[in-house]
Amino acid sequence: MKRILPLLLLSLCLSLAAKYPDVSGILKAVDANMTSSTSKSSTRMVIKTKRATRTVSSTNYSKGKNSFYTEYTAPPRDKGTKMLKLGSNLWIYDPASDRTVQISGNLLKQSVMGSDLSYEDFMEQNSLLENYTAVIEGEATYDKRDCWNILLTSKKPNVTYHKLRIYVDQERNVPLYELWYAKSGKLLKTVRSSNVARVGNRWYPRYVLFKDELKQGNGTEYYVDSIQFDLTIPESTFSKSKLKK
Amino acid sequence: MLKFLIKGVFRDRSRFLFPIIIVSAGVMLIVFGLGFMNGYIESMIRENAKFDTGHVKIMTKAYSELSNLKPYDLGMLDIQADFQRWRKEYPGLDWVQRINFGGIVDIADSTGNSLAQGQVAGFAVDLLHGKLERDFLHLDKALIKGRIPSQSGEVLLSDRAFKELNISLNDSITLMSSTVYGSMAMASFRVVGTVSFGVEALDKGGLIADMTDIQRFLDMEGGCSEILGLYKNGIYNDKQARELARGFNTKYSGKDEFSPVMLAMSEQGNMGYTLRLMRSAFGYIVAIFILIMGIVLWNSGLMNGIRRYGEIGVRLAIGEEKRHIYTSLLLEALAVGVVGSALGCLIGLGFSYYLSLHGLDMSYYTRNTSILTENVIYPYTTLKTILYGIAPGILSTLLGSSLAGIAVFRRQTSQLFKELET
Repeated sequence: MKRILPLLLLSLCLSLAAKYPDVSGILKAVDANMTSSTSKSSTRMVIKTKRATRTVSSTNYSKGKNSFYTEYTAPPRDKGTKMLKLGSNLWIYDPASDRTVQISGNLLKQSVMGSDLSYEDFMEQNSLLENYTAVIEGEATYDKRDCWNILLTSKKPNVTYHKLRIYVDQERNVPLYELWYAKSGKLLKTVRSSNVARVGNRWYPRYVLFKDELKQGNGTEYYVDSIQFDLTIPESTFSKSKLKK
Repeated sequence: MLKFLIKGVFRDRSRFLFPIIIVSAGVMLIVFGLGFMNGYIESMIRENAKFDTGHVKIMTKAYSELSNLKPYDLGMLDIQADFQRWRKEYPGLDWVQRINFGGIVDIADSTGNSLAQGQVAGFAVDLLHGKLERDFLHLDKALIKGRIPSQSGEVLLSDRAFKELNISLNDSITLMSSTVYGSMAMASFRVVGTVSFGVEALDKGGLIADMTDIQRFLDMEGGCSEILGLYKNGIYNDKQARELARGFNTKYSGKDEFSPVMLAMSEQGNMGYTLRLMRSAFGYIVAIFILIMGIVLWNSGLMNGIRRYGEIGVRLAIGEEKRHIYTSLLLEALAVGVVGSALGCLIGLGFSYYLSLHGLDMSYYTRNTSILTENVIYPYTTLKTILYGIAPGILSTLLGSSLAGIAVFRRQTSQLFKELET
């Protein structure tokens, strides 16, 4: 009996492991959908506050994991405001005062344009596989889609979101529902994605609802009106000199 | 009878000296202490009213629910017509508009890159029209360097923040924040002076700017986050303020979360709690004082009883009733209490008067607190504080004697002669 018990336990573990596919394979597929060498998109953020609903439009360019450039096109007050991320640095250009200000420290935790997203959220555009250790915890149905329920724990100690729980569409490999937790276990943000559509050879959500769980309100709606991947973007787009132009 | 007793008490030094010293010392402490505490509370009310709460404050309902966070995005917009109407409707008060906001100050180098940054607590007041806010905030007194802003685009910065950011007068700073609608707000201002209020909350990183500039900066033109009303005589009357607020709310407050609501100072969050706490502290101090002095004087009465054991025995032996002796002891205590209290009260008033002329500089002790008070505190003695001092002085002597005098009832008449023989 003593010899049989470990064998039984081992076979049970193996059968459980075999029940789910390789998690790194899923995350690779997610990264393949969500990240790209370069991208250009036109987006709208619909920000609802107690006072008013505001739509902030922008054109965004990205290159790899470290270069990101955004130019706000509406509303009039925000038009011409530009944001540039290069590595771990973030700058904002304000056309009214003609000043470029570097965003750092506590300021990174501030909301972007009054939305439920912080500057830090913009900074962390890295691959899930590189930054988190993942475990599939089961299957779930979200928005009538079969999903993998994956728990991700950060490999680094000083990250904004220590744990993520994501529900990844089993067929399309797109995260549909995400819960972002602090190290203390407190739920900080939830992200709901929908309108998943084909963009080239990948699946991509055209609508995302970000909700800062520490703030009142209904969250920020993020619409991806158009997006192109792996296109040629001039190097000058990601330079500080572009901000004042 | 009373005259006879009083003569008896004051001709025997051992009967009055110690109790009178105790009572007068206690009453002196309480009259002076309560007067000083009263002065401190009045100073706190005055400063909080001017800087934060007003004697009454008008906000939106949504803002008032989170008023500790100063959520200017829930403030009042396009309020100028209403503001002018309320000024006319309530002429007994001075009305001022305020916006409290948080932001980041960015200092640029010669190439326009960020050189230094710091968080600031912004404070928008009307600096360019009249001297009301200058007086309310003691700006002229608080000014360390430079001058008060005299035109649009000029600001004052806390002296500490000024030093930490390593800037000079007339340097340009970029202020960053969010507009009332959540957009990014960025504007350049010129620092023309530095201030220090002696209040940690304001001195840590305060920025004072003109209301019109900040209204434009935060995209809330014609608006403000709070309207403060202060009685022109400077004296806060809680009942009157609450009645005023009730009347205003009946007339102007509606169901809409952005409709105005007026709150009296004591109805505003922490301030109301602090006021209630400090005022109830008066009662606790008096009660503790009565208890301690009562115990001391009880002990003194017991010692007196031992010393006068023979005298009371003789009085009982010649037929004086126990109740009569007990009453006479209480009357003696009353006389001691009245004289001791009057003496203590006079000495306490003397100290209070001296400090009310010269004040007591408390800045060293209050430098790290977030409580808004003036640095120099002047005692504020009222009839109430005098009565609070005199009453326990008399009550404690009566309490002490009434407890010690119980021993009279334990004396057995049959044992008296035996006791007197020994």
